[in-house]
Amino acid sequence: MYLTKEEERALSGEYGAALQKAYEILVALGEVMDAERLVPIKSAQIAGVSYKNIGDAGLELLNDFASMGAKVKVLSTLNPAGMDLERWREMGIEEKFARKQLEIIQAFRRMGVRTTCTCTPYLIGNKPEFGSHVAWSESSAVAFANSILGARTNREGGISALAAAVAGKTPLMGFHLPENRAPKIEVQVKVVVDSVMKASLLGYVVGELSSGEVPLVKGRICASIECLKAFSAAAATSGGLALFHIEGVTAEALKRKKITTTHKERVQVDEEEMRQCLERLSARGEVDLVAIGCPHCTLEEILEMARALKGRRVRRDCRFWVFTSREVYSKAAEKGYVKIIEEAGGIVFSDTCMVVAPLDSLGIKRVATNSAKAAHYVPSTIGAEAVLTETASCIEMALG
Amino acid sequence: METIVLKGRGIVKGRAMGEALVSPKPISFYGDVDPESGVIVARDHPLKGASIAGKVLIFPRGRGSTVGSYIIYRLKKSGKAPAAIVNEETEPIIAAGCVVAEIPLVDRLDRSPIKAVSTGDLVEVDGYHGIVKVIRKEA
Repeated sequence: MYLTKEEERALSGEYGAALQKAYEILVALGEVMDAERLVPIKSAQIAGVSYKNIGDAGLELLNDFASMGAKVKVLSTLNPAGMDLERWREMGIEEKFARKQLEIIQAFRRMGVRTTCTCTPYLIGNKPEFGSHVAWSESSAVAFANSILGARTNREGGISALAAAVAGKTPLMGFHLPENRAPKIEVQVKVVVDSVMKASLLGYVVGELSSGEVPLVKGRICASIECLKAFSAAAATSGGLALFHIEGVTAEALKRKKITTTHKERVQVDEEEMRQCLERLSARGEVDLVAIGCPHCTLEEILEMARALKGRRVRRDCRFWVFTSREVYSKAAEKGYVKIIEEAGGIVFSDTCMVVAPLDSLGIKRVATNSAKAAHYVPSTIGAEAVLTETASCIEMALG
Repeated sequence: METIVLKGRGIVKGRAMGEALVSPKPISFYGDVDPESGVIVARDHPLKGASIAGKVLIFPRGRGSTVGSYIIYRLKKSGKAPAAIVNEETEPIIAAGCVVAEIPLVDRLDRSPIKAVSTGDLVEVDGYHGIVKVIRKEA
């Protein structure tokens, strides 16, 4: 891989051990993936934050890296943590877990990372411009950044994103290169997709149908931020999609007058396909947890819930949990939405979600959610069945 | 004794020598390997029960979660890491793990290391030049 003189110096350790390590990581990854050179990035979004996920191994590495003097060079935010960093007791998190989780956050803080833990960095000020290179990790955020914003990122691991943040660069390969961003398969959607849950379900179906290729999706698909983040998360979950195009909606589809697939392959999604997928993802029956916020809720979504819950009461034998970023939480608290939801018996948590928190010990049996991603993961992460349904219906299930 | 030399690509620098442990299957360090003992614990893995500590670990490629990189680091800190890793074609999880743990890593050899090396052979890995020297154990 080609390196500039300056990069060679950093790699040889002239600017300290931490920067040297970061360059060693990036060069090794670049070599592995046959990258030509490094490219400067505008921001990073770093995974490997939940203690449940990275454990003592990760905590040790982050502490060591921080102690070497590692400092990030670009705006960097974090993936969700394993708990609400303040209200973890209300989630049933154990003291020992909480202590380790806070140590992880502290290590990131020492490196200059903005310790906002969210899968929706683009809602809280980490929103790259069209065409800019970034190094993001969270699969749904990667899909959103590439597709909706038209930024350029591969799906980074926790270590590679941190190394990229410290060096301010990433190997030029994969989705950083225009030739890898063209759609290769066309997906024609024959159903009207007009809600967050439907967008999420469609994302899941498209992810499965695309078999790893960049799809061009055509159809009547709700283009709100909420629908698009739900679609991004589900497509990344079922098919590992890091980039998709939706005609007339996504950034590159809008920029180019005509976007066409390079291959002739075409698939269709109809009512039946959607129904079958829902059947596979969703169980039936009474729930003891309603979890909304995968990906993290926008302010509008919290408002929608506050409106539906105002003056009503969640069943005693059901939890109603909303997940969002700390910034959106603060705004929702300021506007009084949090108070309304909590007076109804719900809780609005920040920094975490139902997928990364260690909720398996709570004995939850069935979870209602509007997110296909959450429905995909909760059987293994919480050990509960999932009911995938519209937001309004999730709320009704909590009210009994 | 027979010595063979395989030439490939050095990804992570360093030199190490050890007994070969050859896995015909890809390895996910997250889940397949116990980070404290260095023992392969995956139920369906052909090397289940074997320790990777101090070995030259040879397998086709990494797989699974990127948390695997942290596990490689943890193994190093607890003294249970492999001395070197040789892959057919490596990928980012193994590469990042080997850099942070300072474990020599070589791939893309001129012959498949899975076929050319047997468990128990003595192997010398040169991560600077991408060279793997194999000293065959007595047949």
